[in-house]
Amino acid sequence: MATRILLGTRKGAFIVEKQNGSWKPRLAGHAGGGVNYVARDPHTGKLWALLGFGHWGAKLSVSTDDGETWKDNPAQIKYPEGARYIGQDMYEDASDENGVGMRIVTRPAAVQKLWIIGFGPGGAVYVGTIPGGLFVSLDGGNSFELNRPLWNHESRGGDLFTGEGKGETKWFGTPAAEGGEFAPGIHSIVVDPRNPKRVFVAVSTAGVIETEDGGETWQPRNKGMRLDHTPEADAEWGHDTHYIELCEGEPDHIWQQNHVGIYYSNDGAKSWRKVSRPEQGVHFGFPITADAKDGRTAWVVPGKSDQQRMTVNGALFVARTKDGGETWEQMRRGLPQEQAYDVVYRHALANKEGTVAFGSTTGNLYVSEDGGESWTTAANNLPPIYSVRFA
Amino acid sequence: MPSIHLTRHLYAFFPHLEGQHIVVEAKTAGDVVAALERLAPGIGFYICDERGRLRTHVNMFVGKQMIRDRKGLTDVVAADDEVHILQALSGG
Repeated sequence: MATRILLGTRKGAFIVEKQNGSWKPRLAGHAGGGVNYVARDPHTGKLWALLGFGHWGAKLSVSTDDGETWKDNPAQIKYPEGARYIGQDMYEDASDENGVGMRIVTRPAAVQKLWIIGFGPGGAVYVGTIPGGLFVSLDGGNSFELNRPLWNHESRGGDLFTGEGKGETKWFGTPAAEGGEFAPGIHSIVVDPRNPKRVFVAVSTAGVIETEDGGETWQPRNKGMRLDHTPEADAEWGHDTHYIELCEGEPDHIWQQNHVGIYYSNDGAKSWRKVSRPEQGVHFGFPITADAKDGRTAWVVPGKSDQQRMTVNGALFVARTKDGGETWEQMRRGLPQEQAYDVVYRHALANKEGTVAFGSTTGNLYVSEDGGESWTTAANNLPPIYSVRFA
Repeated sequence: MPSIHLTRHLYAFFPHLEGQHIVVEAKTAGDVVAALERLAPGIGFYICDERGRLRTHVNMFVGKQMIRDRKGLTDVVAADDEVHILQALSGG
């Protein structure tokens, strides 16, 4: 049974434990500092925290004593000398009617944000960053290297270490970048439990990308996803995937919350099918979590729409499907139904063994121990919550 | 040799520097960061990014003058200079 939840918040890492029948949060490190993500590596037992200090940059922090003490990991995430990427720059342009021009520029890369950490067997650790580099460790986090085949992917303009490449990128930016620069970010990392050489990442804004050979080659996996708001609706790239998660027990079942709705794949991301139901209020949102056993079961916390990124009519609910997205149930029992405007970020919903938990930017943490049927409020006054993960 | 004064923020990450009178061998702003890194491994990556640029929201003063070369840190530091490293006040 799940008894421990790790939280990343705007003002520190928290550990939430079940004691005497109720969930109790406590500050567990990095007081006052931004913590984008906290997770436990099930293979090594280390806890990892991805820190975003406003002034001092992104840092990778590790605990080898279950969160009692933390230290900066001796190997930090750093882009290697010569790493560059193609981006778009806004600039003042007096001749433009809005006073703003856009130009394509090739920039040297530096870490703006550590956004997600994922784990594989044998000491594999993956860190997804803004501006879009995937860093890989094969020794439990003692050293990290930029995955160059993905960084140099033709969709990003090719190899800019050795030349100018194609001069064009199909990866666009995310406002989640800190420091105001509009650059792409890797926010999802999924390792196939049957075959650790098979890894999916998802990028804002590019879509889902897969390797089947341990990161030597990467292919887009965006078939069936639509960009109805753009001139090229069936484009291979440019998809605004918000988060993906797979079913551990049935790993060909992969779930995706996208900017344009919810997608589901039951063929290992070879194709996606849109399964959101706007008429039921189940469409827009950021997080999604997949059941570990049943590939047809998943949960989301919907927001109203792209234009109103807030709860639907001021009432908070979780939606669950058990049939691959054919139908969704709205589950509200125990959640606030009046004047509730909780916003739930992409990493702030998780499930384990029937327990489901999510946290909001208003500092509320909700836990259900019956698969989402009923909810208790575990905390009301935490800092804005960025990530919720079971230990 | 120049004396270095750090914002209290940095002591939270490098507590063994607190209360020390830090004096280093340095002829440029870059030398100061390199010397601090030897005193407190890791601190250089708090002050500068991996390209060696002063972080956007960090300031470095030599005397009363904010350094000019934030990319290369070539500003000259004299033996009797006081160097201050602090977070930029970016409003809010």
